[in-house]
Amino acid sequence: MRVMDIKKGIGVSPGVCISTAIVLDAEDLRVPRRTVEPAATGNELLRLEAALQAAHADLVELRDRISQSHGKEIAGIFEFHQGVLRDPSILKQIHDEITLKNSAAEYAASSVLRRYAQLFQQMPDRYLADRVKDLYDVERRLLRHLIGQKHEDLLHLDHDVVVIAHDLLPSQTAALDRSHVRGFATDVGGRTSHTAIVARAMGIPAVVGVENLTDAVNGGDTIIIDGNRGVVIINPDEEQLVEHREYERRLVKLEAELAGLGQLPAETRDGHAVSVMANIEFSDEIDDALRRGAQGIGLYRTEFLYLASDHEPSEEEHYASYVDALRRLEGRPLVIRTLDLGADKYTQAKARNPERNPFLGDRSIRLCLHDIPMFKRQLRAIMRASVLGDVRIMFPMVTTLMELRQAKMVLNDVMEELEDEGVAFRRDLPLGAMIEVPSAALMANQFAKEVNFFSIGTNDLIQYTLAVDRTNERVAGLFCPAHPAVLALLRDVIRAAARNSISCSVCGEMAGEPLYTLLLLGLGLTIFSMNGPDIPEVKKIIRSTTMEHARQVARKVMSFDSERQVMHYLREQMRKIIPDAY
Amino acid sequence: MPTVRRQIVVSNKLGLHARPAMQLVDLANQFQSRMVIHKGGEEPGEADAKSVMQVIILAATEGTELEIEAQGEDAEAAAEKLAELFDSRFGEE
Repeated sequence: MRVMDIKKGIGVSPGVCISTAIVLDAEDLRVPRRTVEPAATGNELLRLEAALQAAHADLVELRDRISQSHGKEIAGIFEFHQGVLRDPSILKQIHDEITLKNSAAEYAASSVLRRYAQLFQQMPDRYLADRVKDLYDVERRLLRHLIGQKHEDLLHLDHDVVVIAHDLLPSQTAALDRSHVRGFATDVGGRTSHTAIVARAMGIPAVVGVENLTDAVNGGDTIIIDGNRGVVIINPDEEQLVEHREYERRLVKLEAELAGLGQLPAETRDGHAVSVMANIEFSDEIDDALRRGAQGIGLYRTEFLYLASDHEPSEEEHYASYVDALRRLEGRPLVIRTLDLGADKYTQAKARNPERNPFLGDRSIRLCLHDIPMFKRQLRAIMRASVLGDVRIMFPMVTTLMELRQAKMVLNDVMEELEDEGVAFRRDLPLGAMIEVPSAALMANQFAKEVNFFSIGTNDLIQYTLAVDRTNERVAGLFCPAHPAVLALLRDVIRAAARNSISCSVCGEMAGEPLYTLLLLGLGLTIFSMNGPDIPEVKKIIRSTTMEHARQVARKVMSFDSERQVMHYLREQMRKIIPDAY
Repeated sequence: MPTVRRQIVVSNKLGLHARPAMQLVDLANQFQSRMVIHKGGEEPGEADAKSVMQVIILAATEGTELEIEAQGEDAEAAAEKLAELFDSRFGEE
């Protein structure tokens, strides 16, 4: 039994699965020293034997093919490779490494072959020095069979697998036998990575950005991929297996239960209705979000258009994706957030002069106002799509009224242009501001007079209010939605919206965390926008409480002066509503 | 168990590099006998004739004198055939 390893990444496609790993991209793997229990060495020898046989089969095929295309002389090198894999002294050393030192097969094979490669390198004969790369080639071939699998094998899977890769390439997913792939996990990637898109389209769980995953996983390992929590468990112990099988079953059951809940209104027991919307990045997520009970899209992130291709998207590319989203929504609202890039690896890597402090730098609306032609392309596409459904625009990260006014002027320019061109658009399309920096929150009353709605981006609002980068593990613990300063800003923004009769939503992660549902409800929030998978549970809480109770909870919470008190109290309240969950 | 020894000289230009070494190993594997190739001179060494790695590491270049030592029931034939392979210069032009 191998040692269990739990790794954290970003869940980009919901669901849970337990299956056997295949690893792509094992090519340039450094093989870390790994030992097995003495009782398991027999199994390592079997793995080695299987890999040797498979590698031999490869080489026979390669030799035949190359000898036909390039002649026997060149194909002869593969005979040498075969000779290495049959070499009794090498095999004995690998066997000894496994049986005497309890090494894993791949480490044993790798270390023995590399020892010879080094020996070759030190030899004066140039010819032998050149053979070093042959040894590396043999090593790679063997490792590929021990750790991973060749791409072409993926077309002919005979059992269910989860695919582990550094980063899934389109060519690799094209070669997948999709009927047997139950999940994905990768070393790198974000919400907009190819892996994420494919997984969501296939409706299977995926976790990306799991550091050193391909190093840690061996082909054949048992893997749990939890796309809801962004966790990958390698070689889970019995306890984890039982827990996740149970979790998997619960999700299936919950799904069934929620299929019914999905179409019920998000209404408190005393008849107070709120809106529950979904946050999405890709229009193809809409169908699933609606099935889970979303009443519309409260946040359509448009960054993927910029990240998924090698060029800045054209107006037509923008337009096509908005049209697709509206078609799926069948009249339900679609809140499009204009480009929110800047403080991310992507733009920083591309920038000629990377910023010292990108989170306080040229991002989001600032970036757009610095590149008006780019900004206009997106706005034109949105306006053109506005006649096809309930489209709304919101500008991210506004910090001053001036920025908001400038953005509105650019939009007015766009409308004039369209009018001159005789292109139809909806002039009174609702405009919103994202409230995600303290300056905007503190001036919410003024902002409210110039827009049709607010959407509070709690992730950034918390980060800027508390001065905490939550991706920095040394301070991430300080990131807390329950901080009284954050809650005071939330309360004031929601109030300012109500006083000015504009709508207000929360579209940050806080809106999808059941722990905060009662509080937000009690503070007077009327629109909750969250990731699709979070909708059913939040809806369940809304439906099981009364507005009066929620207000009491909010009043009580606002009297606390520490986040710990707040959390403690909210957990206590939750336990009363859903006893088994908290 | 009969033991047979044969003295030979590496006469092919490239010496015992990968391809000749493989030919040698393939041939050696056709016999039951244990076969060791001894190398004298300034950098002495010995190699199991059935291990391509050991044969290569022997670094026997053109002109190197070697001794084939075969031990087993078919030692005579084995040593004979191996010597022939060296004489044929491994088919090199």
